[in-house]
Parts: sequence; structure tokens; C-alpha cells
Amino acid sequence: MTVGDPTMVSNSGHAQARTRRRVFGVMFYALTIGSTVLGIVLLAALLIDVFADGVNQVDAHFLTSYPSRFPDQSGLRSALLGTLWMLGLTAILAFPIGVGAAIYLEEYAPANWVTRFIQLNIANLAGVPSVVYGLLGLGLFVRWFSLGRSILAGSMTMSLLILPLIIVASRESIRAVPDSLREGAFALGATRWQMVRRTVVPAAAGGILTGTILALARAVGETAPLITIGALTYIAFDPQGPMDLFTVLPIQIFNWVSLPQKDFAYLAAGGICVLLMVLLIANSLAVFLRYRMQRRLQ
Amino acid sequence: MELRPRFALKNSASSREPSKWGGSRRQRVLVERTVHWVLFACAAVSVLTTTGIVITLLGETVQFFGEVPILDFLTGTRWTPLFASQNFGVLPLVNGTVAVALVAIVVAVPVGLLTAIFLSEYAPGRVRSVVKPILEVLAGIPTVVYGYFALQFVTPILRGIFPQTQIFNVASAGIVMGFMILPMMASISEDAIRAVPRDLRQGAYALGATKLEVITRVVVPGALSGILAAVILSISRAIGETMIVAIAAGLQPKMGFDLLSSMETMTAYIVQVSLGDTQQDTIEYRTIFAVGTLLFVLTFIMNVLSDLLVRRYREAYE
Repeated sequence: MTVGDPTMVSNSGHAQARTRRRVFGVMFYALTIGSTVLGIVLLAALLIDVFADGVNQVDAHFLTSYPSRFPDQSGLRSALLGTLWMLGLTAILAFPIGVGAAIYLEEYAPANWVTRFIQLNIANLAGVPSVVYGLLGLGLFVRWFSLGRSILAGSMTMSLLILPLIIVASRESIRAVPDSLREGAFALGATRWQMVRRTVVPAAAGGILTGTILALARAVGETAPLITIGALTYIAFDPQGPMDLFTVLPIQIFNWVSLPQKDFAYLAAGGICVLLMVLLIANSLAVFLRYRMQRRLQ
Repeated sequence: MELRPRFALKNSASSREPSKWGGSRRQRVLVERTVHWVLFACAAVSVLTTTGIVITLLGETVQFFGEVPILDFLTGTRWTPLFASQNFGVLPLVNGTVAVALVAIVVAVPVGLLTAIFLSEYAPGRVRSVVKPILEVLAGIPTVVYGYFALQFVTPILRGIFPQTQIFNVASAGIVMGFMILPMMASISEDAIRAVPRDLRQGAYALGATKLEVITRVVVPGALSGILAAVILSISRAIGETMIVAIAAGLQPKMGFDLLSSMETMTAYIVQVSLGDTQQDTIEYRTIFAVGTLLFVLTFIMNVLSDLLVRRYREAYE
């Protein structure tokens, strides 16, 4: 190209190119909006589809009856109780260990290779497929510890699965506690544990609880690991203790989805409505706690 | 509250006298040490978990390879461990896994990347603060729900368009899985895009580039390692996903890429065996650990790779 020769670049060509570049820009902008909307549309379609099919199923009878081979008599009773049992035991097991690990890593851990190794482990565990945790539970808890296909074995498996989530959330929350609080406690003569227990933990409690609730919500929705350890798909009794056989909401839903009759598909949709409601409540609680926490810090 | 100083000398009265702030000095030291070790034990559970996974998987897998040569397992194209004439070639399961993951990636990567670009480059703060949490909901929905949606909603639509579509098919499971992965893909890409310094963008604008040109020639190339990390993590997630494929993709281990037909993935096979009453200490039982080991190794490699890539862009810009 010869620089400075006006005849080389015709004015109309330049304008054309500029218009084309602008049109491409607008088209791309529309494409990004379209993609974003696509995700939202799919979410809406999913929720509408599930609730249209299932919301009529949800009534007192559905919540309090055992599953049955007759669709109109079937219910979620054993699955709901199993989910509650598993949720309670998982919380008891995972919460103290997860928070303890987070406190150690943020407040105690020296900067050495052991600490780095632990952190690397936690990061990698977060990416292990959930079905592999099921194989771990099957080999370790069900067989080696001889716990059988019990609620306890399921809860222990689930605890290991959600530990990385609790640890990461708790660490973030502990890290957000200003150092001035720690220095204040030390200045008053507190030991490290006194400082942690009386200043750091109370200040970080909101974030820790929020993270734990979200992790437990994840546990409520997980299916694959519990199927792998051998939780049953058909339970027609109330679990009485941690060593009982059990089923949970998502397994019951999976069982109904796998049956060919259309009536069972509606039952599955009903189960999904209940499951999503449980998750909605858990998430609202988490959002509420986070909001209250933020207000208190300000 | 007592006002006596707590930094008194070792043998002074105050250090021996118990107080409500944790007893004598010796007691306090004991408490501190115990707490330290208990907390360390909590953190060490993660290491034990990894060790447990490796030992459990390898223990059964080694026994499996005692009966089936490892080469037959990795290169065989027939997988029939539950039939009378047993074949232990894992490739059909790998084939099915790759096929579903491919569909999921074809959905999740372009849609996720464009969403990330919209959220970071175009959307005003108010729109972003509304849209982002809505998309995050997609990541919180249990996978069994996606399985139901794939089978009951997406598959009928596909059968309307392509009548030869089987009830259980790869396409429907893959498409829905793509939307499940979408928030993760979008969120990691957005982080990478936001990490690209403003100066680079302003430099491009100063040279007369349009917004599209800035995005395609400066921002996306600048964020490439982070975007690549997101893609790899998405593949890893797609390979490990279980319930969607167990419900919607079927249980037929076979080779080929007919996306409208039924295929079995590695994860779906593990679920299939777990649902049956396969006896322990049989070769059928050990197959799920062998398949699980392969799954663990594949996802582990990808997670490490993606972590390395994320570190690279963090080092470059932060």
C-alpha cells in the first residue's frame, strides 16, 4: 500500500468497511445476549416441565405413604425419612471436621510442604467424580468397616464428598475476619485457641454456616454415590437407627424415572418438586444468613 | 473481670492460680497442644480420603488385572462382563463416555463462553447481578432432575425432529449435561476474561478497533489459558457425570458415534452393576473398580492440567 495516496483507498470502500465492522459488532452482541438467554430459557423450561407434571402429585398422602407398585398408592415417606437421617448424620460428621480443617489451615498451619500437600489434596478431592466416592464408600465403609448398606455408611461417604466444599467456604469466611480482631485478642493475653474460639469463629460463623448449608444441599441432591454403596431403591419401612437400610429422595426419583409406565414418571416429577422445594428452603436459609451476617459486619 | 496481668512470671501466683480463662499455665499449654493436634487431624482427613480412594480402587483393580490382562482391558472393543460369554474390553464404555462428553462440550463451551463475554464485557452491573445468580441455579439442580428432564422433555423433541431417535440416546443426555456444566464454564471463563488488564483493551481501542475486534483479538486471546482451563474442567465434569447418562443415555456398550442411539458410559456401567445383585469377590464386582480407576485417572489428569493453566494466567496478570 502506498501511504498518502488518496486514490488507493476509495472513500466509499472505507465507509463500507466501517459499516460492515459495526454490523458484525451488533450481530456479535446479539449472539452473546442470545447465549445468555438460552441458559435462562432452559432453566425455565426445566422448572415449568417438572412442576406441570408433578405439582398435582404432591399432597399429604404422597408425603406419608410408602412406595408401592401401584402408582396411585405410592409415596415418599421412606425416602423423606432416609434423606432426613442421612442429612442429620452427614451434618454431625462433616461440620466439625470441615470447620476444624479450615481453622487449622487458616490459623495454625505452618507454611511447609505438609500444609501444601493437604491443600493440594483438598483441591483435587473437589474434582473427583461423585461416583468414585461411592466406590470408596463401598470398599471402605460397607465392606472393610462392615457397616453394610446402612445410613451410617451412606452418611460417611457423603461427608467425605462434601468436606472439600465446607473447608473451602469456611476458609474464605475465616480469611475475611480482619487481623485487627486477632491482634486485639492476643494483646489481651489470649492464647491462640482462646483467640480463635472467642473472636475468629464468632466473626466467621455466618459464612461457615452458609457454606455448610450449601454443602448439605449438595448432599441431599447426590444420587450416584449412594446407589454405588448399595442403598436400596425400594424401602417400605421407617428407618429406626443409623445401622438400618435406607433410601433417599433422589434414589426414589431415579427408581420411578426408570419405570416405563407414564404414571411413575408423574410420581418422579412429584418427587422432584419436593426435592427442589427442600433445596429452595436450604438455599433461602443460606442467603438469609449471609445477608444478616453482612449487615452485622457493617 | 480480673485485671491481674496474664504475662506474669512463670512461678508467680497468678500463673498457678486457676481462672475462668483456661486454668493454670500448664493446663493452657496442654489445651493448646491438644487443640492443635485435633485440628491437624481434621485437616489430615483429606489426605486419608485420597489415600482411601487410591487403595480401595487399586486393591480391587489389581485383582481384576490378575484375571484379565490389562492390554485386553484397555484395547478390547467388546464389553460383556454380565453375559455368559464374558469380554472385558473397556473401549465401548470409553467410546460412550467420549460421545456424551463431546455433545456436552459442543453445547457448554460456545454458550458458556458467549455468556461469559456478555457478562463481563457488555452487561451493565445491574443486569449481571440478576443474570449470574439465575445461571448459578443451573449448577445447583440435582443431576437426577436433569436426567428426568432429558428423558421426558428433550428426547420427545428430538424424536419429533429425527424419528429414528431411540428412547435412550446420547444426544439428549449430552445436550442437557451441557447446560448443567454451563455455569461452571461461564464462571471460570469470566474470571479469566476479567483478569485481562484494562490497558490492553484501551490500547486496542486507541488503535481504532471496534468492541468486537477488542474482544476477539485482545480479550479472548489474553484469557486463553483460563478459557482452556474451563474447557478441560468441563470435559472432566462431563466424563464423571453419572445420573443424567444412567437415566437418559441407556445401557448399551457399543462403538461408533451414532448420537441418536443408546450407548453406555463408564459411570452408567458402575450404576448398572450397583443396582443389580452382583456378588462380592466376583470378577463382575471387580469390573466396577477397574472402570472406576480408569475414570479417576482420566479426571485426575484433566483437573491437574486445568489447575496448571489457571495458575499460568494468574501469574501473567495478577
